[in-house]
Amino acid sequence: MKEIQEYEKDIASIRTMMERSVKFISLSGLSGIMAGFYALIGATVAYFLIYYPYSPFGFRFYYVNEQSVVIKLLTVAMLVLIFSIGTGYWLSSRKAKKLGTSIWNKPSQQLLTDLLVPLVTGGLFILILLSRGYFVVVASACLIFYGLSLIYASRNTYKEIQYLGFTEIVLGLLSAILPGYGLIFWTLGFGAMHIVYGAVMHFRYDK
Amino acid sequence: MKNPFENLDRVLEHRVRLQIMSVLIANDSYDFNSMKEIIGLTDGSMASHIKALEKEKYISVSKTFIDKKPNTKYKATERGRTIFKKHIDALEELIKQQKK
Repeated sequence: MKEIQEYEKDIASIRTMMERSVKFISLSGLSGIMAGFYALIGATVAYFLIYYPYSPFGFRFYYVNEQSVVIKLLTVAMLVLIFSIGTGYWLSSRKAKKLGTSIWNKPSQQLLTDLLVPLVTGGLFILILLSRGYFVVVASACLIFYGLSLIYASRNTYKEIQYLGFTEIVLGLLSAILPGYGLIFWTLGFGAMHIVYGAVMHFRYDK
Repeated sequence: MKNPFENLDRVLEHRVRLQIMSVLIANDSYDFNSMKEIIGLTDGSMASHIKALEKEKYISVSKTFIDKKPNTKYKATERGRTIFKKHIDALEELIKQQKK
């Protein structure tokens, strides 16, 4: 028969095991901050493509209806995405090594599948919108689908991801109410919010 | 519950087995390598504990192949779940009694 402290340790280890087997803990906060910066750079480039020399806060004079501009914007968005995923992978595998675990385990696989389903759906939907010329709701759709996939995937990682998801959805809905300010909301959602939540996660879990 | 010690399960008194069961209660199924990594065990000791749990029919095993590599997955059985629940209820009861 064991001592009572041993039984308390048993209970504690049950908790740790349940949590660790479900949650992907190697997700790096710093990679969120970096993704935010890439998005800010991307947004600045987009501003020069669409608004310049007018202020981004004014309702824009030009509509994004030239195909060359759309392709340029898509390229910028793709570059932001590739750099963000690349940095995220690099920093998270570094964190995983530090924690003595691997980046490719059961929780991370689950996280990825959960993320991909709503994200790919959203991506295809947005490409269809673009091809049909419904530019006005594109920023809003980006934010809403991204928010939904984060909330769905958050059960396998830190709870901050869920809050980030809710924030993205609110921004997406606001952006739908205020068409023409898509770039502003996009910058807030993908730039500022990633930096804010990434910093929170960095100081809470990476220190 | 008069004497919670009677409800403790002898197999689960071993912490590693308790940890394996915890992982399988929290997840539908789990593979050998991920389990090994999370609990932090060597192949050999992991296999022996798994075998013990399998023998008691607390867990079930399924073997498949991914890219010609064997992929062994474990699941908690109904019996395993019931015993696990009874065991942690007894643990809680024991701790509660002690604190009185």
